[in-house]
Amino acid sequence: MAVDDATRTEVSLGGRRGGPDVATLRTDKWWKLPAVTVAGLSAFVVYATWAAFFGDQNFFLVEHNLISPFYSPCLGHVCKAAGNTGSPLFDWWRISPALIILVFPLGFRMTCYYYRKAYYRSFWRSPVACAVQDAHSSYSGETKAPLILQNIHRYFFYAGLVFNVLLTIDAVEAFMWPVGGVHMSIGTLVLCANASLLWLYSLSCHACRHLCGGQVRSFSKHPIRHKLWKFVTPLNARHMQFAWASLIVVALSDVYVRLAASGAITDIKIF
Amino acid sequence: MADVTMRLWRGDQDGGELVDYTIEAQEGEVVLDVIHRLQATQIPDLACRWNCKAGKCGSCSAEINGMPRLMCMTRMDQLPEGPVTVTPMRTFPIIRDLVTDVSFNFEQAKRVPAFNPGTVPADGFRMQQADVERGQEFRKCIECFMCQNVCHVIRDHEENKPKYAGPRFFIRYAELEMHPMDTNDRRELVREKMGLGLCNITKCCTEVCPEHIKITDNAIIPLKERVVDAHYDPVAWLGRKISGRKKRTADEAAAHRP
Repeated sequence: MAVDDATRTEVSLGGRRGGPDVATLRTDKWWKLPAVTVAGLSAFVVYATWAAFFGDQNFFLVEHNLISPFYSPCLGHVCKAAGNTGSPLFDWWRISPALIILVFPLGFRMTCYYYRKAYYRSFWRSPVACAVQDAHSSYSGETKAPLILQNIHRYFFYAGLVFNVLLTIDAVEAFMWPVGGVHMSIGTLVLCANASLLWLYSLSCHACRHLCGGQVRSFSKHPIRHKLWKFVTPLNARHMQFAWASLIVVALSDVYVRLAASGAITDIKIF
Repeated sequence: MADVTMRLWRGDQDGGELVDYTIEAQEGEVVLDVIHRLQATQIPDLACRWNCKAGKCGSCSAEINGMPRLMCMTRMDQLPEGPVTVTPMRTFPIIRDLVTDVSFNFEQAKRVPAFNPGTVPADGFRMQQADVERGQEFRKCIECFMCQNVCHVIRDHEENKPKYAGPRFFIRYAELEMHPMDTNDRRELVREKMGLGLCNITKCCTEVCPEHIKITDNAIIPLKERVVDAHYDPVAWLGRKISGRKKRTADEAAAHRP
């Protein structure tokens, strides 16, 4: 066909799409990352459920002042039995103390922008990977209940900060043993690592970045908030890493305290 | 050198199919080079959109082995062994072969309320470097529309197109919202009419962006947080009630069009 014979191609919005009607043409191992995420998050959920519902023994090592992060602050009737002072206000609580407090850290992680990406992809398969067909025929995103509640993430962030303070106090108190004086053991280091990673996870949160300075229109008119924003922005870039590290370490801290409190292992004293 | 099989989508609004073409591989080529050699030697009627061959015009967007990519920036030697599948962008209507009708994006562009600086001081505006840097990232967009293409909100749900601006325009809205001299308030507009809540932040837009713009972290999530300030946060609502500050409605914001 000569150039002069060419005619304008008619175009229409919403017309037929190109490419074959298949779920994906990707040839790489796109399913690996979602599979690892499902395995990791499922393992944590199973363990945390067991620890919260059935693990109300051996969560406190009296001799070294080590308390499991799942049970801090210790609220409920089992605290005194375990040797922890607990809070008299919650002596009436007859089931696991973890159930009172876990809703806040759990809510913080459930509404976290990173975890949303992780479970929307891996569990809800919406979509499971980029350029792989969404597993659902209709989609309303976060515009309707219950997912519209993701918008209260910042309130879970505030609650998370309170828990970070409490777990930091636990880590400091783990240096002060009932026998008197300042001591340190492997367990003390475990609680310090746990508190540090939880702070990094919280400070790298997108809501934190917004509240520090992201919400202003003009950085030059808000220099202090600009400085805060610049401080948390590099942390925010590693939010995913902090999310996983803190999740793993909080579970390992619980495991460590339980093993030490039950006598299965010895919490080795450093000084 | 060995031959390579190019599996190309050939078709138009009446339908189409994947067709295999075999051609000799040459060292250092990108996918667009091979497409051009195929056009020159075997299939002169193959439709393909391209322009700069340098990853800066955003014309040659396509799907290579199922992933949205620029053909001019995808090296053949970095693709796995076997046939190389090249198909048009899935989200937009096909015109012919590898060329799609991306008018949806231009329709969305028309809906973005223009920069509205309000009253300009007599000696003009002076913008500080801190404020310039913030929006600079968004200005790198080359409008290849691969972020729009990969976004499952419209890729897999055609019915969302009329109510969803898409990642490319969320960075435009974010840029305007973060501009120190802009006086418009588009938060209700992006929530109510531009479908910001439809985005479930799965970050595919960021993954495919050839300019490496952090679309989700630096534009969409900050916009979502601003929408929370304006619409969902009860403390912010109370603050507005006490201070008498008002937010602009979607219609008021949309009235400032180019």
